[in-house]
Amino acid sequence: MQQIFNFLIRNKNNILFLLLLTLSLFLTIQTHSFHKSKFISSANAVTGGVYSWANNIQTYLHLDEYNERLLDENRELRNILTNLNDTTAVESYLDTTSFRGDYYFRAATVINNNYSKFDNYLTIDKGESDGIVAEFGVVTSQGIIGIVDRVNANFSRVISILNSRSKINAQLNKTNHFGSLIWDGKDPNIVQLIDVPRQAPVKKGDTIVTGGRSLIFPKGLPIGSISDFSLDATGSYYTIDINLFNDMTNIGYVYIIENRNKQEIEALEEQNE
Amino acid sequence: MNSSTLSNIARFFGLIFLQVLVLNNINFLGYINPYLYFLFVLLYPFNSNRSLFLLLSFLLGISIDIFEDSGGIHAAACLVAAYIRPNFLRFSFGISYDHQTLRLSATPFGARLSYIFLMVVIHHFILFSLEMFSFNHILLILEKTLYSSLFTIILIFLSLALFSKKYR
Repeated sequence: MQQIFNFLIRNKNNILFLLLLTLSLFLTIQTHSFHKSKFISSANAVTGGVYSWANNIQTYLHLDEYNERLLDENRELRNILTNLNDTTAVESYLDTTSFRGDYYFRAATVINNNYSKFDNYLTIDKGESDGIVAEFGVVTSQGIIGIVDRVNANFSRVISILNSRSKINAQLNKTNHFGSLIWDGKDPNIVQLIDVPRQAPVKKGDTIVTGGRSLIFPKGLPIGSISDFSLDATGSYYTIDINLFNDMTNIGYVYIIENRNKQEIEALEEQNE
Repeated sequence: MNSSTLSNIARFFGLIFLQVLVLNNINFLGYINPYLYFLFVLLYPFNSNRSLFLLLSFLLGISIDIFEDSGGIHAAACLVAAYIRPNFLRFSFGISYDHQTLRLSATPFGARLSYIFLMVVIHHFILFSLEMFSFNHILLILEKTLYSSLFTIILIFLSLALFSKKYR
């Protein structure tokens, strides 16, 4: 017994080192497996508080730009609204049995934004108390940002589309050929669309929008324009480089999308299985 | 509680906030960030309790990780660097480290450079390897390690020069 204690005391530094190393590697590996990072995230009261305090100061520097972006969006929405009056679109909408709409939007402020790492996350200042739940989509007026991942009382963490684990369904605007949106970790303004069949009429400058196949984003939200494309190794699928409409390095304010039919659709799909 | 302890505590928290609020937002050329918080591991008193040093390095790394949502990569990198620090100290400064009379500001420039360079490169290499977590990206890892290390080393020497009186 004495010898065991002596051994432990003699090697206490090595044992402490191995213990802490195991712990940190465990935490690292856990963040690399999707949706399993339970312990450590910036969506907690302390870090959220520090980030929102710092953000309070930073926002003043960008006020002009945010105002301009809001004006742009208002102008666009006004255009749509006035054109709607010419048709019967408004009435036909009111005639349907569903008054509340399929999607509900909430606004939030981005208080922390990463884009230089390989796996990037954002922190926003809305949480459970504002009705946010994991798997809600996050967009700006110009394009998509990511998907809500972890939520606590007042803050949530968003998996950015600039994350090696993010995989979002997207399609060509002109036709319905679709693929998966991924990021190769290099340029924060260029993402990749893979697995697009070679029959698709791909052309530089064409617009890429969200596909309707996920329950997270509504169909047809803009993402970016094609800047380059090539066939992959098998020669049957395109890999497309997309120039994002969003400036991922300067986001500011975002909208969070709730799909109100999600539970119903999911329940239906589970019955099939 | 002497002045060295106090200045280490201040450095611990000061560097965390500097790193999280300022340095992580530099993104020079898109992805190059300096990791100046590592200065704490470099400057921690050389003749102090080793277990406490390991524990503090781990806490420093995990604090950065919580802010950055990066799991345990900073914690692991800091911990390994802290664990092998005595070897590098002996390699760079030789006999004066063994006699426990080492003062970083009183060492020759070449020895100081080799100590800081080795420590920073090891730390950054582990950091980026764990961040990418795949051998397919070995070139990207080396590239990021090179550029970020240079940036960090320059900043470390600048801050050492700026605060040099304190360590004399």
